[in-house]
Amino acid sequence: MRITCPVCGERDRREFYYVGDAVALQRPDPDASDVVWDDYVHNRDNPAGVTRDLWYHEGGCGAWIVVTRNTITHEVLGTELASDVKEASA
Amino acid sequence: MRIDGKGLVDRSKRVIFSFDGQSVEGFAGDTVASALLANDVKLVARSFKYHRPRGVMGAGSEEANALVTVGRGAAQDPNVRATVQEVFDGLEVHSQNRWPSLEFDILAANDFVSPFLGAGFYYKTFMWPKAFWEKIYEPVIRRAAGLGALSKQHNPDSYERAFAFCDLLVIGAGPSGLMAALTAGRAGADVILADEDALMGGRLNGDGGEVDGMSGAAWAAQAVAELASLPNVRLMPRTAVTGAYDQGTYGALERVSHHLGNAGGRPKECFWRIVAKRSILCAGAIERPIAFENNDRPGIMTASAVRTYVNRYGVAPGKAVTVFTNNDSGHQTARELIAAGVHVAMVVDSRRDAPESGDYPLVKGAEVCNAGGRKALESITYRAMSGEEKVATDCLAVSGGWNPTVHLTCHMNGRPVWREDIQSFVPVAGMIPGMDTAGACQGTFSTHGALSEGAAAAGTALAALGLAAGAAEVPVAEDTPYRLSPLWAVGGHGRAWLDFQNDVTVKDVKQAAKENFRSVEHMKRYTTQGMSPDQGKNSNIGALAVLADATGRGIPETGTTTYRPPFVPVSIAAMGAGAQGAGFAPQRFTTSHTASVAAGAPMIEAGLWYRPSYFPAAGETTWRQSCDREVNMVRQAVGICDVSTLGKIDIQGPDAAEFLDFVYTNMFSTLKVGRVRYGLMLREDGTVMDDGTTARWGQDHFVMTTTTAAAGPVMRHLEYVAQCLRPELDVSLMSTTEQWAQFAVTGPKSRELLNTLVDQEIDGESFPFMACGEISVSGVKGRLFRISFSGEHAYEIAVPARYGESLYRQMVAKAEALGGGAYGMEALNVLRIEKGFITHSEIHGRTTAFDIGMGRMVSAKKDCVGKTMSERPGLNGDEREQLVGLKPLGPVKQLTAGAHLFEAGADPTRENAQGYTTSVGFSPTLESFLGLAFLRNGRARHGEEVMMVDHLRGVSTRCEVCDPVFFDPEGGRVRG
Repeated sequence: MRITCPVCGERDRREFYYVGDAVALQRPDPDASDVVWDDYVHNRDNPAGVTRDLWYHEGGCGAWIVVTRNTITHEVLGTELASDVKEASA
Repeated sequence: MRIDGKGLVDRSKRVIFSFDGQSVEGFAGDTVASALLANDVKLVARSFKYHRPRGVMGAGSEEANALVTVGRGAAQDPNVRATVQEVFDGLEVHSQNRWPSLEFDILAANDFVSPFLGAGFYYKTFMWPKAFWEKIYEPVIRRAAGLGALSKQHNPDSYERAFAFCDLLVIGAGPSGLMAALTAGRAGADVILADEDALMGGRLNGDGGEVDGMSGAAWAAQAVAELASLPNVRLMPRTAVTGAYDQGTYGALERVSHHLGNAGGRPKECFWRIVAKRSILCAGAIERPIAFENNDRPGIMTASAVRTYVNRYGVAPGKAVTVFTNNDSGHQTARELIAAGVHVAMVVDSRRDAPESGDYPLVKGAEVCNAGGRKALESITYRAMSGEEKVATDCLAVSGGWNPTVHLTCHMNGRPVWREDIQSFVPVAGMIPGMDTAGACQGTFSTHGALSEGAAAAGTALAALGLAAGAAEVPVAEDTPYRLSPLWAVGGHGRAWLDFQNDVTVKDVKQAAKENFRSVEHMKRYTTQGMSPDQGKNSNIGALAVLADATGRGIPETGTTTYRPPFVPVSIAAMGAGAQGAGFAPQRFTTSHTASVAAGAPMIEAGLWYRPSYFPAAGETTWRQSCDREVNMVRQAVGICDVSTLGKIDIQGPDAAEFLDFVYTNMFSTLKVGRVRYGLMLREDGTVMDDGTTARWGQDHFVMTTTTAAAGPVMRHLEYVAQCLRPELDVSLMSTTEQWAQFAVTGPKSRELLNTLVDQEIDGESFPFMACGEISVSGVKGRLFRISFSGEHAYEIAVPARYGESLYRQMVAKAEALGGGAYGMEALNVLRIEKGFITHSEIHGRTTAFDIGMGRMVSAKKDCVGKTMSERPGLNGDEREQLVGLKPLGPVKQLTAGAHLFEAGADPTRENAQGYTTSVGFSPTLESFLGLAFLRNGRARHGEEVMMVDHLRGVSTRCEVCDPVFFDPEGGRVRG
């Protein structure tokens, strides 16, 4: 598997550390309900199709990256810096 | 025997190798199989289950019968295909799965009780008594059935892994692959041409036809020479592409030195990961056998393999060859045998309308139904309209048609489609992104078709790469149509082999269907068809055709099993290259490493680091003696310990303080410059992640320390928080673990020692407890932190790593002069247990701040990672197991880590467990074993008696529950 780091370019997936769904970017308000927090910390969709994950370019520049990919075809549809995604959603 | 003047082997270079101890002569360019056939050796192997005599069946990597062991002792390789292994002087080859010898194999008796050994026999028979399976049945069955054996010794050979990148990967160097590589190479593309054979050319080397007026082999050699002259083309012979993976990544196994007597330092194999923008699969096709009674006799081969032995190796596989075919390939074999001067006794063609295409006896509309001879073929029997006839023969060439080698196209979940006209599965475009197919692997079986499709596929790839293709001139070659009439299995009562390698017959597949294992995947698992090292390359399509017939369905409806990588067997050693022994695993050494080793300290691993366990003094014979002495030394004088392995993270920026407030449970924005604070970090789910101290070096500059084990995860976590959760904060992070050598100077004489080193003396006012600041040692700028992990008056001094060794040696010498010295991990551990300080033994991923008695460190004034979830019900309260201290009470004084706690008098069973111990040690200070433990509602139970039971080590100790801080609870010494 090859991932294009927005900073470094296309690299082998062994340079990256995988963490999971990019929903992690949407941290709830500290006062949000138990249900919202439970969802945020524990519950993840397992889609057959397009998904957005967080990867860390640990063996490279240290950037956290949102990778949009298809779990059926394994196609990587796009990569963005997580900080850009987070700031755009703020 | 050899045919004069035929073949591509080098007759001027004789090679002597051995087969089962017998000396065999071959020529450079021979495989073990061709050399054995040249010497009329027919019996090469014994089969998997029935120990049937077997010979050479094919001439390529798909070989199902002729598996041998190469080499001996620790370096032996089992299950090597004799058709792939090239010969060299001194090569040692052994047959497999026979005892006492290949000629006389006792377990061939299995063949005579075969009615009992069919599919499902083991499942049905060895049901009870249940306990017999592991001890008796399985070992006996495993001894009786099998192929080659591992040496069970450490493999001394070297293997490698490597990466390669290219514009275009051409897989297979037959006519289509050579043409594709030529077209792309001439256009300037960066091309890799990989072929599993030593000699590129594919069927051009095995067949007798012409290309552009010269022999196919000559044309191939010319094409290879041109490709070799192109600087933008890399040729990878002996390299089988084993798998197609995501984003244009391909696995490939190169046999680097299997063909060399003297490897000259080269590895045996190299496992490649090839990243290609485009690829063209030119993998060819595999000729399929036809099942009939005794069709596994040595001397029965595929028709194309017979041609290969004649044309490429100059070997006649028999003196009187017969042919059994359902298509024109068999006739081509007969014609080429006759042209080479080999007698063709008869051609049996199942088609009534078979063409008369040569000067040989031909029986049309007939089927070979049996074969005679046990260790070598002696005769065949064919069944025609007129009845059965027996023909004397020592070699039968069989062709049941061709199976396109679609394997790689299916590695990303694609399924091939059935083509009725050629009775084969073919790939569909787009099954692997970026891959085109050409030639026989997509069902185009003529040489002309292969050449023109190779050129066309290269044109497609070049266009996708943005390169202009020159005008492709496709050489002139035969373009005969492919005509066959389907025939998979000849009817009869005896056993007819489908999967030669796993001994699966037509009967077994029918039996599976009868027992309702009708799905092709179920049939496969029930009969084990296709589950041997060849992965059913010769048998899958035939077996599913028989299954389709038995279940009354069509072949496309029955479908294929799933094709998975690797295409050819890949040794674990090749895939794991670099990981043998210590391999490429990084080792991290502190600057004091050499000095510690010189002092005789046993080094223990801490992650990738190595740290001294203890420093044995003269006369000390056990680690406990050294540890006790080192603890006393620290408590009474001064000790030196390298703590450089702890993670150090430099945190800078205007928002650094706010960032730390969010990362740590407690406040850091209130920390004064020049002061250090202990901090606790949670995961977002509310459990403790790590702890450590962080110093405020400047208004916008903090220096964090993490535990050794968590240095990497904490760095990742901080970057995560900075980039994913709080990108609005202006903060930068940098690991400086390797840049600073840091040493703990611990004990009542620590300041006295430091003052002999630092350029400007320190005192209690300039460096009170939890102060930090710059110092200089002989003009070298360093950092000093007054922090303690032992409860003693202590410091940590840091200098740039290049001065570490020198500072360490000086400090140890000075400490020794003061009655102290170096101390190791064992003493460090005892010192911290005496003080109830935690490590990752306590914060092991399931404990909360509340559990370790630090609930109040989660500040109510601010949010932080993990705060909300740490307040969940169930994470705080009496029901939690809380950190306590344990001291032995009764006659048994020993405490062990990982033991369970029970109420005094309770049954020590799982249901009654009240908690567990995490850290223990003998305290020379308090002259007692001490333990840290988690006990249900433990903080309210100080003074209570509990029973510690270690079921594993058989230790039961009565203990008193107490506060985890055993020594100097007021903390007077640390402020000293």
